[in-house]
Amino acid sequence: MTIQEPEVEIREYKVGIAQWDVAVSPHKLITLGLGSCVGIALYDPFAKIGGLGHIMLPDSTQFTRNDNKGKFPDTAIPLILEKMVREGARERAVRAKIAGGAQMFSTADKKYMGSIGSRNVEKTIEVLEGMGIKITAKEVGGKNGRTMIFNTLDGSVLLRVLGKEVKML
Amino acid sequence: MGKSLDSLDAFQLEALREIGNIGVGNAVTSLAEMLSKKVDMEVPRAGVLPLQEVMALVGDEEDEFACIQQIIEGEAPSLMIFLLEKESALYLVDMMMFKDKGSTQELGEMEESLLKEVGNILSGSILSAFSQMTGITFSMSVPAYAYDMLGAVISTAIVEGGYYADKVLVVETCFSEASEEIRGYFFILPQVDVLEKMLASLGINL
Repeated sequence: MTIQEPEVEIREYKVGIAQWDVAVSPHKLITLGLGSCVGIALYDPFAKIGGLGHIMLPDSTQFTRNDNKGKFPDTAIPLILEKMVREGARERAVRAKIAGGAQMFSTADKKYMGSIGSRNVEKTIEVLEGMGIKITAKEVGGKNGRTMIFNTLDGSVLLRVLGKEVKML
Repeated sequence: MGKSLDSLDAFQLEALREIGNIGVGNAVTSLAEMLSKKVDMEVPRAGVLPLQEVMALVGDEEDEFACIQQIIEGEAPSLMIFLLEKESALYLVDMMMFKDKGSTQELGEMEESLLKEVGNILSGSILSAFSQMTGITFSMSVPAYAYDMLGAVISTAIVEGGYYADKVLVVETCFSEASEEIRGYFFILPQVDVLEKMLASLGINL
């Protein structure tokens, strides 16, 4: 006689701009249309718990109105990690995959900075490294928008880009 | 200065909608002249919205859009965003080039310059209406262009335009060419002190 596990309906949790969420296997976390923003997928492969953030700006200390912690990597990442640990993840097992930080716009204007994407990426990497979280995959920069579909069953991140084949991180 | 957007009341938003209406009305007239077609516009909506809801005014995050962003500098720093759905952008290019509908299949470099130019003319008409109304001089950056997922282009246009708050004040309107084959959206995001100046010039205090 075989014992079958009850079928679980897989849910997809949508993470909006400047938001974050945590889910456990086999559910999915999704964030749509990252431009200069960066998506940060944290995963404990043993506990199969994942967290996904969608940060918008590089550094909370540069702003006086920084009460929305999901907006910046330096405030979002510790919060996501804390929630994952509360759900049963082990901090030392957690690794990261990141995507986004594109420079979307093209212009003849020399003054146009367009560097927020790369600064978001730099700061995200700096925060992750500072916390000792290994980055196992990244797909950053360029000029395309990206959608991340993060599967907490196996930690894979599916990337969707307009006009291109989907890519697995 | 230092006023919060959340304190805007219905009367001020109504005034803002009216300002938007006059500005975009002028742009729609320019577009109609450019295309030699009738162009209709909806009554603008004005509100203080979280970024996520700004997007929802137009479509879903992964919908494909051409986006033209222009930064207004000088006396009245603001941001203008002009959005066109993919099919509308393609058809607009056809019309501008006197080609048959469906001739343009892709938005390459030439189409990009053309759409930037259209954006430039339309923002110019909006701002000249604002200037006449308020006496404020607006100066406009050259247009920046992106074609991608709606979520990516709007969020980036706003953040790179220097708007970092969780909520933004938007005046939004949709216009369409009479046969409903071109739909576009304008967003105007004034800074709070600009808003104050504009309303003050109409005798309304913020």
